[in-house]
Amino acid sequence: MYDVAIVGAGVTGSAIARELAKYKVNACVIERDEDVCNGTSKANSAIVHAGFDATPGTWKAKLNVRGNEMMDQLSKDLDFPFQRNGSLVVCTKDQDPALLDALLEKGKQNGVPDLRILDREELLAMEPNLADDVVKALYAPTGAIVCPFHLTMALAENAADNGVEFFLNTEVTEISKADDHYIIKTNKDTFEAKAVVNAAGVYADKFNNMVSEHKLEIVARRGQYMLLDKDAGSHVSHTIFQLPSKMGKGVLVTPTVHGNLLVGPTAEDIDDKEGINTTAEGLDSLGATCSQSVKNVPLRQVITSFAGLRAHEVNGDFVIGEAEDAKGFFNAAGIESPGLSSAPAIGEVIAKMVADYLSLATNPEFNGIRKGILNPANLSVEERNELIKKQPAYGNIICRCEMITEGEILDAIHRTLGARSLDAVKRRTRAGMGRCQAGFCSPKTMEILEREVPMSMFDVTKNGPDAKIVYGYNKKI
Amino acid sequence: MKYDLVIVGGGPAGLAAAIAAKDNGIDSILIIERDRELGGILNQCIHNGFGLHTFKEELTGPEYASRFIAQVLERGIEYKLNTMVMDIAPDKTVTAMNATDGMFTIEAKAIVLAMGCRERSRGALNIPGYRPAGIFSAGTAQRLVNIEGYMPGRRVVILGSGDIGLIMARRMTLEGAKVLAVAELMPYSGGLKRNIVQCLNDFDIPLYLSHTVIDIQGKERVEGITIAEVGPDRKPIPGTEIHYDCDTLLLSCGLIPENELSKNSGVELSPITSGPIVNDSLETSIEGVFACGNVLHVHDLVDYVSQEATNAGKNAAKYILNGEQKAAKQIEILPVDGVRYTVPKYIRPELMDDQLTVRFRVGQVYKGCAIATYFGDTLISKRKRPVMAPGEMEEVKLTKAQLAEYPDITNITIKIEEA
Repeated sequence: MYDVAIVGAGVTGSAIARELAKYKVNACVIERDEDVCNGTSKANSAIVHAGFDATPGTWKAKLNVRGNEMMDQLSKDLDFPFQRNGSLVVCTKDQDPALLDALLEKGKQNGVPDLRILDREELLAMEPNLADDVVKALYAPTGAIVCPFHLTMALAENAADNGVEFFLNTEVTEISKADDHYIIKTNKDTFEAKAVVNAAGVYADKFNNMVSEHKLEIVARRGQYMLLDKDAGSHVSHTIFQLPSKMGKGVLVTPTVHGNLLVGPTAEDIDDKEGINTTAEGLDSLGATCSQSVKNVPLRQVITSFAGLRAHEVNGDFVIGEAEDAKGFFNAAGIESPGLSSAPAIGEVIAKMVADYLSLATNPEFNGIRKGILNPANLSVEERNELIKKQPAYGNIICRCEMITEGEILDAIHRTLGARSLDAVKRRTRAGMGRCQAGFCSPKTMEILEREVPMSMFDVTKNGPDAKIVYGYNKKI
Repeated sequence: MKYDLVIVGGGPAGLAAAIAAKDNGIDSILIIERDRELGGILNQCIHNGFGLHTFKEELTGPEYASRFIAQVLERGIEYKLNTMVMDIAPDKTVTAMNATDGMFTIEAKAIVLAMGCRERSRGALNIPGYRPAGIFSAGTAQRLVNIEGYMPGRRVVILGSGDIGLIMARRMTLEGAKVLAVAELMPYSGGLKRNIVQCLNDFDIPLYLSHTVIDIQGKERVEGITIAEVGPDRKPIPGTEIHYDCDTLLLSCGLIPENELSKNSGVELSPITSGPIVNDSLETSIEGVFACGNVLHVHDLVDYVSQEATNAGKNAAKYILNGEQKAAKQIEILPVDGVRYTVPKYIRPELMDDQLTVRFRVGQVYKGCAIATYFGDTLISKRKRPVMAPGEMEEVKLTKAQLAEYPDITNITIKIEEA
């Protein structure tokens, strides 16, 4: 019997797991997919919002601002890329500048620091590529960008290193209440836990509705994105939002922590909770819309496009806390934007609730420090050569576009919650994430997985058990 | 470390450049190759048809490469394998890394860029749909099948009719896969005519010109592909969709010279070829840095790569021995009316070789037309070509003697005209 079982190893579930590890607890995380960070957490805007957008008093407002505050220390403790680049919400000459004032006011109420409105001249000094029609903008210096993969993996690895068990490839099929605990059926084992945390993303309504009469309804809101080559990465240096208008929320243009440029998202409510496909209309609309805030976005330099699903609860706010009619069942549901920004704070709040419910003592052995995968590019030549002398794999470049070495890939495979697929290696190291999109390095990475895991070449996948890369030897398929 | 000449890339271009440099008096040469063997992409091109011009026989890719490798070995030219060039500084300091030497720098008197090219990826093509396994560039599939011995698919659709895609249509068929169709966005093929005949027609594989992929289905592995005809605006025409149940999509939609190193070093690139802009000695905008092969512009036949690289190697040797020769005059070649670009772009009449081959590609299919060359406004030559297509390189030969007759011209125009 576990004290607590967390359903879902996205950024929310992983943040909760790490916060829970600060208590003496027997906890597990149950994840459907083969890797952590495989749903909404892997396909989003990769930004940490300042927190001016949410309605004051909502969970979204409180947790966003708190989450944003926590990121500096967290990024140091857990060694993930995080950068306060600041954000701008731009207002064009055809839009109502009063909307900017309203945002500013909301931001102040939410406790967002240092907000101010800038005129065109100040803006151009910061961002020469803003569209000609931009007249004003709300500037939020605490707006930031983060690597969502590394944030999630760091939280999950650190939770696991502190004793939380992770069950991957394990899909929860049914949750039911027993006398004083919950029974969680999966496609593999059946789990028992005194408390359950529901961090199941777009499926959180399904699990809540199995145990509670307070029904949730989560709609998958698809967001499509285009990622541009690093050559385009300095086109803007801040995260550029558009003013929400009748035409929708608009799209953002932002640098990523890795130096690419990201354009998106669309916002489409769809029926299929697995519908992470891009569409021609969606991608075309991004190109047309982004030009309203930023001019000459070099869309010819797109290196990949992707879509993610936001878990939109129909009442609009995050659903945080114990279900009224299901003691010990805690929801972290409806975690759409600003979910990534809020995740550390959601972790804090939910862990506290669970700890109170289970009367957990603090864990004096908790070690909140985690080292990320070493990036040799950050070393001096001398340090790098020392490293190569000890571990020659750090001298062997596998991904030529991102200059990723075999040493980094070995680290990704052999560390806690290590990579078992091409995409898992890619999310951890960026091997295959560059301009050739794994054309050259995927056969080499497959060989490394085969040798190191070890596993059969025929079981190496892109992402998930059926995503096989090769079917058999030549002439034997 | 110091070498007179560093050659970045040990494929057909780098090998031929090294041999020529050695034969022209340079002893201190280092070839740096990122893969585990010399020969480059030729090693995975196990089909025949290479070397008709150079050796007057049909060789496979590895055979063609091995003849050049043998010459490199005979001459005792040094090379490093599994070594990645990380940076080329404008002062010709090359930084490279491998597992045994670590990170090291080489001061070079001259550099030959011979890094080759990469394939355009699915992402760059902006094909909508899911992102499952089973989408490969044709070259990646070729490596898996021909080098590793693994089959990446059973039922295959190919987008793009570039040569590697056509070759892989045949190759996958011979290894037991079913190739259902090749779709090509343009109204003409991007590959060589002989490959259409030998790789598609001979195996009854349909080629749909003016078609593109409009959807990819399958969440983990490809389960289906939908193609549709496109109009003159290259947008899909509703109602023309064809669906295929398949597990694999191969992409052969163009090659892009790999010039990240060149760019960082400050070499000026052409927006048309994505390769360096060079003069008649194949020298880039940086003195003593030369380029050849697919990093300069994408070739159709490896024979032309070898010829070009031989010139680059010879010119690099000249540069090392004699220093930079200053020319009083440089003439620009203007590509117009269907000629997309020329290599070289600039000619220095007093310094050029007695004969110079100017290579280029045309922008569309031309039938019954001619290639016209003007010195200034004067028509110098007009050569009939029954068919010209973007998939095949064209050439014009210029001589030093010819140019000497027109000492006052400031440019040369090459264009496609009615025959």
